[in-house]
Amino acid sequence: MVQRPKCFQQMILDLQQYWARWGCAILQPYDVEMGAGTFHPATMLRSLGSGTWNAAYVQPSRRPTDGRYGENPNRTQYYYQFQVIMKPGPQDCQQLYLDSLRYLGIDIENHDIRFVEDDWESPTLGAAGLGWEVWCDGMEISQFTYFQQVGGFECEVVPVEITYGLERVALNVQDVDNFFQLDWNGVDGCRKLTYRDISMRGEQEFSHYNFTKANTAVLLQHFKDAEQECMGLLSAHLALPAYDHCIKASHLFNLLDARGVMSVTERASYIGRVRNLAKKCCEIWLNNTEKKA
Amino acid sequence: MAEFLLEIFSEEIPARMQLSVRDDLKTIMENDLQAQSLSFSSIRSYVTPRRLVGVVEGLAETTKSTIEERRGPKVGAANVAIQGFLKSAGVSLDACEQREGYYYAHLQTKSRNTRDILPEIVQNIFRKMTWPKSMAWPLENGKRSQLWVRPVRSVLTVFDGQAVSFELPTLGLTTSNITYGHRFLAPAAIQVSSFDEYHTKLERGFVIIDHQVRQTQIWQGLKALVHQKNLELQTDESLLQEIAGLVEYPVPLLGQIDAQFMDLPPAVLSTAMRVHQKYFTVRTKEGRIAPYFGVIANIKGKDNNLQMLAGYERVLRARLSDAMFFYAVDVKTSLPMLSRRLETIIFQEKLGTLTQKVTRLKVLMLAQGTGKVGERAAELAKSDLLTTMVGEFPELQGVMGEIYARAEGEVSEVAAAIREHYQPQGPNDQCPSAPLSVALALADKMDTLVGFFAIGEEPTGSKDPYALRRAALGIIRLVRENNLADFSLEPLCHEAVNTYKAQGVAFVKHFQSEYVLNFINDRLKIALRAEGIRHDCVTAVLEGSKTTADAYKPWSIARRAKALQDFLETADGQALLAAFRRAYGILKDEQKKDGISYPGTQVNVQLFTGMQESNLYNHLQKILAERDPLLQAHHYTDLMAQLATLRPLVDAFFDLKVNDEDPMLRQNRLELLGMLIAQMALIADLSHVEG
Repeated sequence: MVQRPKCFQQMILDLQQYWARWGCAILQPYDVEMGAGTFHPATMLRSLGSGTWNAAYVQPSRRPTDGRYGENPNRTQYYYQFQVIMKPGPQDCQQLYLDSLRYLGIDIENHDIRFVEDDWESPTLGAAGLGWEVWCDGMEISQFTYFQQVGGFECEVVPVEITYGLERVALNVQDVDNFFQLDWNGVDGCRKLTYRDISMRGEQEFSHYNFTKANTAVLLQHFKDAEQECMGLLSAHLALPAYDHCIKASHLFNLLDARGVMSVTERASYIGRVRNLAKKCCEIWLNNTEKKA
Repeated sequence: MAEFLLEIFSEEIPARMQLSVRDDLKTIMENDLQAQSLSFSSIRSYVTPRRLVGVVEGLAETTKSTIEERRGPKVGAANVAIQGFLKSAGVSLDACEQREGYYYAHLQTKSRNTRDILPEIVQNIFRKMTWPKSMAWPLENGKRSQLWVRPVRSVLTVFDGQAVSFELPTLGLTTSNITYGHRFLAPAAIQVSSFDEYHTKLERGFVIIDHQVRQTQIWQGLKALVHQKNLELQTDESLLQEIAGLVEYPVPLLGQIDAQFMDLPPAVLSTAMRVHQKYFTVRTKEGRIAPYFGVIANIKGKDNNLQMLAGYERVLRARLSDAMFFYAVDVKTSLPMLSRRLETIIFQEKLGTLTQKVTRLKVLMLAQGTGKVGERAAELAKSDLLTTMVGEFPELQGVMGEIYARAEGEVSEVAAAIREHYQPQGPNDQCPSAPLSVALALADKMDTLVGFFAIGEEPTGSKDPYALRRAALGIIRLVRENNLADFSLEPLCHEAVNTYKAQGVAFVKHFQSEYVLNFINDRLKIALRAEGIRHDCVTAVLEGSKTTADAYKPWSIARRAKALQDFLETADGQALLAAFRRAYGILKDEQKKDGISYPGTQVNVQLFTGMQESNLYNHLQKILAERDPLLQAHHYTDLMAQLATLRPLVDAFFDLKVNDEDPMLRQNRLELLGMLIAQMALIADLSHVEG
């Protein structure tokens, strides 16, 4: 009998189990809108400083410009990343990652898995690392990065960040063509749910919002407010609350970007403003950590 | 004589760096062995995504012992000096030789076992190798590693059939004779004792260590698959090279493109496949894109590669769906509408937005007399930069502009100019020939050159971030390959300067438009040299025409330099050169002596004393009367042949004593020589000819 491929939620459960067994703390998604799992303070801030830190979590990620009104088979403005952060990165981290793919049921001897150069750089976070995008049969399914710098600070202990694009991995696991066809809960009959059932309305409505309906005057004001609040909290040396507002500013910038209302220079200046916030958050975080130690 | 084998086994090395690093490894090893006085017969190096390999053949088992003689102080010098010398040389006074009143020490470097030096040599490689980008990673002991391109996971060192084992603390590793095969197909440890064994065992372990061999396998393998379908594989050297750097064991596969995507513009299809997926484009015998693609896997599946191929086709469907989305979005907005938003794109901080650039292009098109279509082409030239397709695939700039312009019903020559004005991009790129495209390409490149020179951003040394040399070469090719014989760059350059000034761009103080023009002439010189034209001939022509209207006409300068070179190889040419040199030599000496120059503007025929002077003068006048029509007709060889007929008259002239006692006569004779030289120089300043 052919075994039924894993459903989307089972993949998440399996990844959590796999990395929990290895020794990662399983965390929950951060409750602020963000463009990628890297923004989660568990990655961004914990990458800094000495000591060890191992964690894994799902992070729903929002990229307003990637909205396609639910019409593109694998590009959506809201999607799920599974994020693993290990500090220091273990010696066999590539193998650990490949074994996790096996654990998910990917027959890696019958697929073409490749590590293709992709140096990661986040201008808004002042962060950079070297690594690869991982290809499975020509599809990028993960990012694999050795962080070198975060918030403008060199990483004292080099962490490894592994980010799975869950939908893309699932396409392979379930052997389907389209995000929206993905089996979400592995149940047949009236309780069956697909990715379409979960996400389609959001994709349609948010694409309209991102591209045409978001009120840019309000967004610009929110950006200013978030920036101001962040600065205020930084002067009170409250790194985490300040960082929340930095993430908010970053998401507001992404929305403004999708609305296409910024000129190139303006765009660069907004990126610079968010980076400035991120750097300061990291600085205060590091100062506070050192004080405690 | 022994063999030394080194393998640095790491996580995946970026493909783009592999070839240069392979060659660097060889050079570093050569230099190090020589520095250690170690003889060897050959060094080869190899690279794969996961390994960098060096093998030295015929390596000496010991270093050569050397003796260096060092001279010390004079015999009888102060004791301090002698003691100092002995200390620095590390010898006793007894061991020193006395010769010709000096002490000599003989410093002997003892022969060492090669095996003992290997750790130093290997460490040196890790120290000296440079990468475009490098990183640190955490070592087992918690420390940060040294910098390298990616984490190094093992180092193999085998000398003379034996493992040489030593520690590399900055990598947290101990070397051994162990390596590993293909990541998935043969991951187990492999022990080796020679390069042959290494090579064979790795080949059995699904690793082809030679980049070149992998390239050949990829190309031959794909070609065979494509030929089975009676199709052709599109040549793509750089893709081939890149892919050979992404696989250790290339497996060629042929996939299919869904019919629904075959209506996309061919350039979009092939770019989407190439840039994002690294697939090869397949064409029909007639040259159309075929519904197939070539792809290279790094593994042979047990299922006949079926799952893999399904994956490759799936991801392409997604990519092309995206392209269809972009296309659908783009056609909703016309290029003229988009051009209004060009002000949101900065051309260069100090040079303003693309709207400003387009305004300047319009002026330059007007100046070239291209009329309404010229203005239209300029207006739309940059609009496609705002399309979503070009946003996704920057390499399609111009290409999409043409496609969208045609779809919107722009006239054909305007549409073509939008694409072709970026050409020629490099030495191998096609040069446009349609007059409107040529004009727009000239305008765009001249505008860029003048702009960057005006703000002081000209290329320096090997740095040319704005590709200005390429722009200059582009201009030269446009003029020469289209036989624009009378095209001078001067008016276009001045016009470009004026348009920038009209827009209020702040120029650096020392800017002169001649800088730009001479920069282009310098590129012309280099281009001509590459074509085998003597540099002194080019210089002679450039110097000769410096003050004339021909100074910045690339086509005619090139033609004239070639004519001069050919002419100098004939007997007439030698005659011309001899006549010139004789006249020039005397004139130069006398001018130096007198401290003034004799430009040849004040020849007085009344002061001629004999036939020698008047013959020369009259013949010269006769030639001059015919010069301009010949120049205008670009009949340079004829003109030079005419000049050569002056030879006997010049020789006869020198039967006269130039330095006559009568200063009036002397001055007049020198003026006549000056006239001869000046008039000849207008065709080519032969004083620059060598040999």
